[in-house]
Amino acid sequence: MIPDELKAITDAETEASAKVRCRLNVCMAAGCQSCHGDKVLKALQAEVASRKLEGVEVRGVGCLGLCAEGPLVLVDPEHVLYQRVQAEDAADIVAALGGKPVKRLVCSLETPFFKRQKFIVLENSGKINPERLEDYVAHRGYEALATCLTERQPPEVVAEVLASGLRGRGGAGFPTGLKWQMVAKAAGPKKYIICNGDEGDPGAFMDRSVLESDPHRVLEGMALAGYAVGADHGYVYVRAEYPLAVKRLNNAIKQAQKAGLLGPSICDTAFTFNVEVRLGAGAFVCGEETALIASVEGRRGQPRPRPPFPAEAGLWGCPTLINNVETFANIPPIMREGGKWFAGIGTEKSKGTKVFALAGRVCNTGLIEVPMGITLREIIFDIGGGIPEGRKFKAVQTGGPSGGCIPEQFLDMPVDYDSLAKVGSIMGSGGMIVMDESSCMVDVAKFFMEFCRTESCGKCVPCRVGTAQMHNLLSSICAGTATMDDLALLERLCDTVKFTSLCGLGQSSPNPVLTTLRYFRHEYLAHITDKRCPAGVCNIHSLAEVHA
Amino acid sequence: MSTAIITFIIDGRDVSAREGQTILDVARENDIPIPTLCSLQGLHPVGACRVCLVEIKNTPKLLPACVTRPSEGMEVITDSERLRQYRKTITEMLFSERNHVCAVCVSNGHCELQSMAENLGVTHVRVPYLYPRLPVDATHARFTVDHNRCILCSRCVRVCDEVEGAHTWDMQGRGVDCRVITDLKQPWGTSESCTSCGKCVHVCPTGALTEKGKAVAEMVKRTQFLPYLKTMRESWS
Amino acid sequence: MSKVRVATVWLDGCSGCHMSFLDMDERLLAVAGMIDLVYSPLVDCKVFPEQVDLTIVEGAVSNEDDLHKVLHVRQRTKLLMALGDCAVTSNVPGMRNYFTRDDLLRRAYVENAQVNPSIPTEVIPPLLPKSRPVHEFVKVDIFLPGCPPHADLIFKTVADLLEGRLPDSTQKARFG
Repeated sequence: MIPDELKAITDAETEASAKVRCRLNVCMAAGCQSCHGDKVLKALQAEVASRKLEGVEVRGVGCLGLCAEGPLVLVDPEHVLYQRVQAEDAADIVAALGGKPVKRLVCSLETPFFKRQKFIVLENSGKINPERLEDYVAHRGYEALATCLTERQPPEVVAEVLASGLRGRGGAGFPTGLKWQMVAKAAGPKKYIICNGDEGDPGAFMDRSVLESDPHRVLEGMALAGYAVGADHGYVYVRAEYPLAVKRLNNAIKQAQKAGLLGPSICDTAFTFNVEVRLGAGAFVCGEETALIASVEGRRGQPRPRPPFPAEAGLWGCPTLINNVETFANIPPIMREGGKWFAGIGTEKSKGTKVFALAGRVCNTGLIEVPMGITLREIIFDIGGGIPEGRKFKAVQTGGPSGGCIPEQFLDMPVDYDSLAKVGSIMGSGGMIVMDESSCMVDVAKFFMEFCRTESCGKCVPCRVGTAQMHNLLSSICAGTATMDDLALLERLCDTVKFTSLCGLGQSSPNPVLTTLRYFRHEYLAHITDKRCPAGVCNIHSLAEVHA
Repeated sequence: MSTAIITFIIDGRDVSAREGQTILDVARENDIPIPTLCSLQGLHPVGACRVCLVEIKNTPKLLPACVTRPSEGMEVITDSERLRQYRKTITEMLFSERNHVCAVCVSNGHCELQSMAENLGVTHVRVPYLYPRLPVDATHARFTVDHNRCILCSRCVRVCDEVEGAHTWDMQGRGVDCRVITDLKQPWGTSESCTSCGKCVHVCPTGALTEKGKAVAEMVKRTQFLPYLKTMRESWS
Repeated sequence: MSKVRVATVWLDGCSGCHMSFLDMDERLLAVAGMIDLVYSPLVDCKVFPEQVDLTIVEGAVSNEDDLHKVLHVRQRTKLLMALGDCAVTSNVPGMRNYFTRDDLLRRAYVENAQVNPSIPTEVIPPLLPKSRPVHEFVKVDIFLPGCPPHADLIFKTVADLLEGRLPDSTQKARFG
């Protein structure tokens, strides 16, 4: 496919949509589907068909963001959002087209939840049908790829990413441009691109939503990376627990191949790029790049010491560029609008936007995209709508089991890589779990440690044994049977595991404990010395019961 | 033949490395002791046990000597109070993880874990013992695997794969539930891939893999064959 | 100068550590001149006295009586030494820890009994859920592993203590 053909598709789409008087966009991402969004879609289609309405299109789209209020239906061109729609509401919704909206279902789009967000990664999410290539193309999809292949040299592409200041969205925040440059410079006839979609943090669903809502964007980002670093083959590693994302991704790959946007001689150039999907079998550690590579190679998903980094010796020993789903999703707009444009968004050291999966004790749970540098307070209280049932905010957990719990005193801190690190947490892949006064912070630390314990691959001693020992100690603190010596031992184990573990999973596994100890030490002490759980979560037995 | 020589410093001593050598290789050539458990000359290093971690000046992270290659001018510290404490804690973790009852072990007195503890001054284990219930597989005609004494160093897996070429051994499970397994987790005696060569037994640092018919303290392991076999294989290929 | 008040206690162990203590042989004479053995399985004394300078504990903490003893002893002792692998690691007594108490008692008193198969309910103190090392219950000041620790090592350690020094922490002692 060449740029002209892409334009032809866009024109055809524009012409077709000109005939559409009205569009009913039904969210078909996993969240809304799980509360019967698919039935809503069918009911609306049936309703439109039975009324023999002309120019009304009912279609499935990607995530509309406000998962808490799903299933969601967005009506265009009126731009009316309906929430908690059931199949029975179809008749009312269709009857109201062109007239007054169905009042009982309307969800205001004027709230901070929608107004305070900034969409780059999610620009097409909820706007296009993720199962149609033409929809993506009509929204300037593959424009960046076609332009780069025909007009720009690979080093220019790398330079553009460098100029954007984009940092890896998978967790550690390594500058993406530098990584691309390393792989581009690495010697070797064969190089690989890997897209890391092994999203495993509890409460995180950013990558899933991107893959479900706009799969072509990720493929385009990968193809651009392939062109930039000189790779002709890519793998998307997705968890098998994301069947919808996998289905749409496979569908997108087929469409792109058929359209000549993947495969040999893309855009009539010498550039060849193929993409294959690899399914993860549900191991959190496979999100670690060297373990992921081992898994793609068909071996046991275990990390190995770095260096050598994958950029020098990755998949099958070849230089490999491995980036997160969201990182790749940022690439097409950066190429389209320029690195400078991207660098103008966000803070000095953290550019662009970040997608967060807002979850826990917050009114508006869902998927949000915000500019870097926004404060936690804006995210939780403006966009998130605050804490339900008038309860008091206690802490927010970012970065999943590798991150930390951030207390109230840091709510006005800007959200960027370095500020989060300063308070003991990490940006992570974008999970954000809000906790209120009903949460016991020792119990929270125990939850994450249990997660790490069961997800430790078992290769290195400190992570394998340390997480099990730390989990036991946290359990005994929660049960009220621990002593101050146990607390000292817990702190010593945290230190050992943090500094001696082989990979990031182990090294960061003490973070939830360390941050809760730092900011909520009094809760630990209450369990140990007063045999009391301040939040009333832990079931503390009397000593007599324990010995019985 | 010309190979690049790298000069660097270990514990204040000027040392030199040939290309491809690790910090551990160079330390050994210079009689500088660095404790190891999973590493064994002749097998690919995996950096799993973490007792060979060393400090590198101006590097925040501790690095495993067995896989880290020196760079020009690098300053390596192999012994410090911090490293000693970490090594002790890691050793104690291993003792707490399974049931290493040294007194009644066939490898008593010939065990690398036991002597590691002795050399590091581990006089007791400060982390609570986990006391898991683990099986012993004595189905093989000549050998026994006692999971109570396994430290998951993966030497058996590597020697079987890299030297014998049988790949009978592998690792199964996650975290503290990891086990070494034969074939697809079937009794060792029924394994079709095992050649009964016994290399795994002799590279095992503890009393996990042993020969049958040995009483307490009688199982002496012999690993001298490994570098020899490795050199032979390299000269063929 | 008054003599150092020393006690030895025998918990769940085979008494091998006490035997090794006696294996100090002629050196025992020198030690005896400096200490007052106020409580021990080796002397006839029913009550653990107060204000003991050094108590040497052999054996793991396996039943309620052991637990009671070790807590009591700790209260009345300045320095407490865990002698031998059972006291330090729970060792052989700990090998029953992978079984439940009920399974264990049934095996010992019913399945393997020649006469009168029944689980005793009197006289024998109830077992703790697991047999555990001494330092998991009370503070231990000196650890001397070994099964048993060699008499030379015991002598060196005791001699150090009698001369008012804490034992050399770099001296090698080994499990097993």
